[in-house]
This record gives sequence, C-alpha cells and structure tokens, in this order.
Amino acid sequence: MNFLEMLMQYGNTLPGAAAQGLIWGIMAIGVYITFKILDLADLTVDGSMVTGMAVCAMLMAAGWNVWPAMGIATLAGMACGLITGLFHTLMGIPAILAGILTQLILWSVNLKIMGKANQALPARSFKVLISQLEKYHALVVLALFCIALVVVLYWFFGTKFGSAMRATGCNEKMARAQGINTDFHKMIGLTLSNGVVALSGALMAQYSGKADINDGRGAIVIGLAAVIIGEALISKLPKNFIVRLSGVIVGGIVYYLVYQTVVFLGLDTDLLKMLSALVVAVFLAVPYLKKRYFTKAKRKEEGNHA
Amino acid sequence: MLELKNITKIFNPDTINEKVALNDVSLTLNDGDFVTVIGGNGAGKSTLLNAIAGTYPVDEGQIIIDDQDITRLPEHKRAKFIGRVFQDPMTGTAADMWIEENMSLALNRGKPRGFSWAIQESDRKAFKKMLMRLDLGLEERLSTKVGLLSGGQRQAITLLMASMNSPKLFLLDEHTAALDPKTAAKVLSITRELVEEHQLTTLMITHNMQDAIDNGNRLIMMNAGKIILDISGEEKKKLTVETLLQAFKETSGAAFASDRALLS
Ligand SMILES: Nc1ncnc2c1ncn2[C@@H]1O[C@H](COP(=O)(O)OP(=O)(O)O)[C@@H](O)[C@H]1O
Ligand SMILES: [Mg+2]
Repeated sequence: MNFLEMLMQYGNTLPGAAAQGLIWGIMAIGVYITFKILDLADLTVDGSMVTGMAVCAMLMAAGWNVWPAMGIATLAGMACGLITGLFHTLMGIPAILAGILTQLILWSVNLKIMGKANQALPARSFKVLISQLEKYHALVVLALFCIALVVVLYWFFGTKFGSAMRATGCNEKMARAQGINTDFHKMIGLTLSNGVVALSGALMAQYSGKADINDGRGAIVIGLAAVIIGEALISKLPKNFIVRLSGVIVGGIVYYLVYQTVVFLGLDTDLLKMLSALVVAVFLAVPYLKKRYFTKAKRKEEGNHA
Repeated sequence: MLELKNITKIFNPDTINEKVALNDVSLTLNDGDFVTVIGGNGAGKSTLLNAIAGTYPVDEGQIIIDDQDITRLPEHKRAKFIGRVFQDPMTGTAADMWIEENMSLALNRGKPRGFSWAIQESDRKAFKKMLMRLDLGLEERLSTKVGLLSGGQRQAITLLMASMNSPKLFLLDEHTAALDPKTAAKVLSITRELVEEHQLTTLMITHNMQDAIDNGNRLIMMNAGKIILDISGEEKKKLTVETLLQAFKETSGAAFASDRALLS
C-alpha cells in the first residue's frame, strides 16, 4: 500500500471519528457541569452512560420509537445522578465515593436492564436517528444536538436557579449566606449532568449499533480530557459561557481524532486507556505545579530583597 | 428583635478536645441596636455569630427573631433575615462570578429562585447606583470577575450585598481585620452609612477597642464563652480603652489576652 492510499484511508476515518467525538463532547458537557461548575468529581458517569445506552437499546428493541426511547434513557440517567446526589448530600458520603458506589450499583442494574452483557441495535432493522453507516448524516444530526444543548444550558445557567447552582460550586459558604440551599443545588446538578451523559449514551448506542456493559469504562477520563483540551483551545478567546461549552464539545472531537489517529498508526489499543489517563493526570497537575513553581520563585525573590 | 436564650455550644463533645465555645449565653437586641462585640481570641465571638446564622446547630437554648423561633432552621433559610460579612474578604463573594452576578445573588436572598433570567436591566441600574456610593469606580465594572478585585473592594461589595433588602439582622465578623488601616477605615465608614440608611440591627465583632467604642450604641465583651460586659447608652459614650481593659481585668480576673487589641 503506497502512502497516498494510506492517506486516503486515513481521511475516510475522519468523519466517523468526528461524529464519535461529538458524542463524547456531549458526554463531556455532562462532566463539565459537575467538575467545573459544581466543583465535584462525579464518577457516576461510567455507569450512567451505559444506562443511557442500555435503556435506549432495549426500548427500541422492544419496538419503541427512537425519540421517547431517548427521552426515557435521559430520565434514567438523571435518576442515576439523583442517587449519587442523595448519597452525597443526604447521607454525607464524599462525592467521589458516592459516585463510585452508584457506578457499581449501575453495573448490576445495567446488566439487568439488558438481561445480558450486550444488546445489538442494528441500523438496518431499526429506525435510529444516527448510524455509523451514514457518517455525514450523523455529523449533521449530532451537531444540531450539540447546538441545542449549548443553547439550553446557556439559558439554564443564566436563570436565577442556574446562577444559584454556579454560586454553590464557586463558594459554598457564600452561597448559603445568600440563602441558597447548596445541597439541593448539588443534587440537581448531579441529576442534570448524568441526564446529559445518558443522552450521549443513547446516541452512542444508535451510532455504533449496540450497547455493551463495558462501553462506559473510563468515560469520566475521556470527559475530563475533553474538558481540559477544550479549555486549552479557548484560552485565547473571550470566555463567555457559550464559548466555554463549545470548547468542551470541540475538545471531545479533538480527543477522538487523536485517538483515531493513534489507532490508525497502529498503536496497541490495549494501551489507549492508560495513555488517556496519563494525559489527564498531567493536565490536572499543571495548575498545581505552576502554583508551586511560581510561589517558590516569589519566595526566592523576596529573599533577595531582604 | 433578636433574642438568644441560654445558648450553649460545645465543639467535639465527650472528646479530649471538648471545647465549650458558648456557655449559657443570653442576649436580647432591640430594633436598631448597633452592638459592637469585643473579647480575646477564642472568647466565642465568631461562634456566637455563626450560631445565630445557623452555620452549625447549638446544643442548648433558643434563638428567636421577631417572635419566630429559628433555632432549628437551616442556615440557608435563616439567610432571609440575615446579612453577613466575614473576616476573610474571599468568603463573602463568589470569585469566578461577575460583580453584577454576585449582587444579583444577594438581591434574591430569601426569595424563590426560579427560571426567570437572573439579571434584568433595572437590576443593573440599581447595582450601579449602589456601587457609585462606594466611590471605588466599580460601577463601570459590573461584568468584572470579583476574583480580580482587591480585598477592600471585595469587602465593600460584600457589605452592599449583605445590606440588600434591609435584613432584620446584620452580622459582621471582624470584617476590617484583614485590610490595611486606610482601607479598613473606609470599609468601616461604609458600614456606618449602610447601618444608618437601612436602620439595621447590627452585631459587629472587632479586634479594635477604639472602633468598638466609637461605633454603635451598645458594646458587649466576651470571655470564655460568656458575655462579661454589656454597656449601652450614655455609659458607653464615656468609655475609654483604659476603662475597658480595667473592666476586663476585674470581671475575668486576667489581663486582656489580645495584643492586637492593645496595639490598634
Ligand atoms: N468548628 C470548630 N471546631 C472546633 N472548635 C472550634 C470551632 N470553632 C471554634 N472553635 C473553638 O471555640 C472557641 C471559640 O472560638 P471563636 O468563636 O472562633 O473565638 P473568637 O472569639 O476568637 O471568634 C475557640 O477555642 C475555638 O478553638
Ligand atoms: Mg473570630
């Protein structure tokens, strides 16, 4: 195979990678709500993403129309987030542990929903919204979903209710002093976030034509990677909320394009999860290391003046 | 107005670190009282304000505001009646949110927060007017992140926020302590203006005895979880730092334990 052929083959994978990237971008928006807005690390998403896939696949396999199936899948994801929220706020379990507990619960629940480890949803037999068989069509539909999601969230976080949620994540003590029920807002935020994640799962099940119990593994890391890449991409742009959310979605696309490229270059796919995790670890460490480095430099400087 | 009946607060009960921070404290504030609170480090001043605000529950006693027993009311529900400013300028505002967003959060304190747009054009006008009086040039910076402002600027905004909607109770916990003297004086004078204008019933903790004497119509001194001195009216006007230190010695049997109070 000559170089030109290879290049063309690679080019052919890009629309599909971009479509999958958009789906991960939607999922990353869910992660953004908890991780960036509420300042909570929520590990529920590994489970709730599969819940979204499983519910959508099973309902469609049972003959449901795709729209209500996706609606119910989203609601199921919201219920997952609500469970984590109750664990965290009502029972005082640290958020990270609350998410892990729900994630484990969902492993069983998702198996029970499907009755087995996976459920096929072939596009040839079902009226799915998007499918990898029609990549360009999928791209357009997914882009519309993203735009709608960004618009809805822009509105939501601009309302009094949404502002109170942002204040909760930014300064809890201040929020309570201003009469905001911070526990309630954390619960609603977790619910909303996992609803978005499950919606991305429902889209993923249609696109890939299946739901598999293992599909959500490491979803949180991919979401974080997209959030981090997104932030880096918009670092030079004016930072309004729409730009931030769009950045996250583009972050999802970039993540998946890189993933696809690495796969195409023949890297052992077994190593991909490790690589993703390491990349996220490095980027999460940057603000901390920066701070350490700068305070050290400052101390030195002060020492010189004395 | 505010009535505290036999409030006791014990931290880490039944452990080696047990600390009786408030010991059977009773206090009644009348409408419009401006009470300054002094006392050494660890006397229980902050605990008193936090107990009133509902930061944590008290172990014994009752807290009553305008005939309503709020002892069991969670902190966010009490906020309807209470405006607060903290010692740390970072605490009173949300750093990542704009000035106008912070102010609108305060404007809606105690009101249902529904799905209407958070900030209306009329709100913006009102915020500008409030900020204008601070004379810090903030009225032109409504969409600046509060995190970019200085401690004094943040504290001034927090004061505006706390006084919005004229709360029944105004709680200030050493809110000038973290500021340089000039800024502290400015923030204190803004405090006086706001208390006057909104006729706020105020509890102001300060480490500065002279400030405690110069401000308000009533002064209480705390020591070891108790109110050991309560002076108001004409008697307060005659107070000097020396007489306060003397009074502290007599009632507590020890010298005043805070150097800061002597120095400033
Ligand atoms: N959250 C807490 N947990 C344990 N001990 C506390 C807590 N808050 C205050 N204390 C203790 O209660 C006592 C009174 O503290 P505080 O009210 O902050 O004093 P101050 O008069 O200096 O404001 C101190 O001994 C302090 O160590
Ligand atoms: Mg204190």
